[in-house]
Amino acid sequence: MSELSVKHLLGIKYLNKEDIDLIFETADHFKEVINRPIKKVPSLRDITIANLFFENSTRTRLSFELAEKRLSADVVNFSAASSSVKKGETLIDTVNNILSMKVDMVVMRHPNPGAGIFLSKHVNASIINAGDGAHEHPTQALLDSYSIREKLGEVQGKKVVIVGDILHSRVALSNILALKLQGAQVKVCGPYTLLPKYISSLGVEVEPNLRKALEWCDVANMLRVQNERMDISYFPSTREYVQLFGLNKELLDSLGKKIVIMHPGPINRGVEITSDVADSDQAIILDQVQNGVAIRMAVIYLLASKIK
Amino acid sequence: MSQKVLLASKEMNIILQRLACQLIENHDTFKDSVIIGIQPRGAFLANRIYKILREDYGITTIKMGQLDITFYRDDFRRSDKPLEANKTHIDFVVEDKRVIFVDDVLYTGRSIRAALTAVQSFGRPREIELLTLIDRRFSRHLPIQPDYNGRQVDAINEEKVKVNWKENEGEDAVYLISKL
Repeated sequence: MSELSVKHLLGIKYLNKEDIDLIFETADHFKEVINRPIKKVPSLRDITIANLFFENSTRTRLSFELAEKRLSADVVNFSAASSSVKKGETLIDTVNNILSMKVDMVVMRHPNPGAGIFLSKHVNASIINAGDGAHEHPTQALLDSYSIREKLGEVQGKKVVIVGDILHSRVALSNILALKLQGAQVKVCGPYTLLPKYISSLGVEVEPNLRKALEWCDVANMLRVQNERMDISYFPSTREYVQLFGLNKELLDSLGKKIVIMHPGPINRGVEITSDVADSDQAIILDQVQNGVAIRMAVIYLLASKIK
Repeated sequence: MSQKVLLASKEMNIILQRLACQLIENHDTFKDSVIIGIQPRGAFLANRIYKILREDYGITTIKMGQLDITFYRDDFRRSDKPLEANKTHIDFVVEDKRVIFVDDVLYTGRSIRAALTAVQSFGRPREIELLTLIDRRFSRHLPIQPDYNGRQVDAINEEKVKVNWKENEGEDAVYLISKL
């Protein structure tokens, strides 16, 4: 069997198409496992994983923890709010202290872009990036593509539009890289102030009109406006944002075709999408969450098999 | 490398018929019995036995599934490459059933050990039996023996027993392959 080309999962940037295929095939098996009466397999009994969350998270952290537990790994959790980081400890010191307690793998979310890459060069453990600032969130992109594959059969050739705050979104960057790698067409849609200046260098087109973007696409991935990362105002008012870039049922129904609606969560209902869209049968938001556990199990399983 | 034919097509079919009949002796109508093929290679044998029971003996109540044991194996991270998983397909409840595990070759017994753990995820069977086509005796690592056995073979560790199936390899045959 083929194996992953990488020792860490730091970003989609470091993966190739074969890696993604392998992760998806493995996730298929784990998806079957997590739908059994007993949802646990003993594969990773001898592996200890530390979840280091230097930034808030509910979904990702729970999803990783469930994935780890369903593989029977031992799990230790750490959140920055209640740790020695507040006392001035550096990242390498924190992690090396944890690793000296014989931890094999680190799942890390950090507010600084590149934190995982930095860590992988200085410590001796497998690192999984669970989001580093506005840089990458590889497992989210994998589960998004996996959900598209599940819903539409394949990712190749599909038209995907990513709507909203592209500038501050690690989900957007990882998704663009993953979708392009699998041969999908990608457009982004949002206020010009929330689009990165060099977005076209990623091979994606900008479509400033939401209706046109939706008419073009098979899948719309609606991102949240990341107010917590905004130090200035990027658009005049939330009301104006909703009018131009919010997706409501009326707009969705007027498209003349059934597109797939995705959202990485957390949803701000009434802002990027309305409640009736989020709860409609075109939305696969909760499928994404379920697939998240299977994808993370696959990634952890494949990386753990490289630990000697 | 040399190879020797242990069983040819005709002998193999006689053995399959016998194994099916032995199952009937013990399971009668198969009302609460299920056949589970151990992936990947046990599934072929399970299919064959299932077919004989249905077509030759008219037993239609029997259910069959395939169980993958990859995530339950005890040699994870001992081999160089990740262990490759196969499909598990069990669309019935195993709770309180008489389960018949089917595998082509019984060697160290570790696969069956893993299968015993794996099947627990689908419920608590009333009992579990083991049917194998080839029993490589004297090479067991664990106290596991077949209840129904096609042929006993004495093979040394450097030798490999390969079971070929018409539907997969184009012929029914069992080979003893020697690397020496």
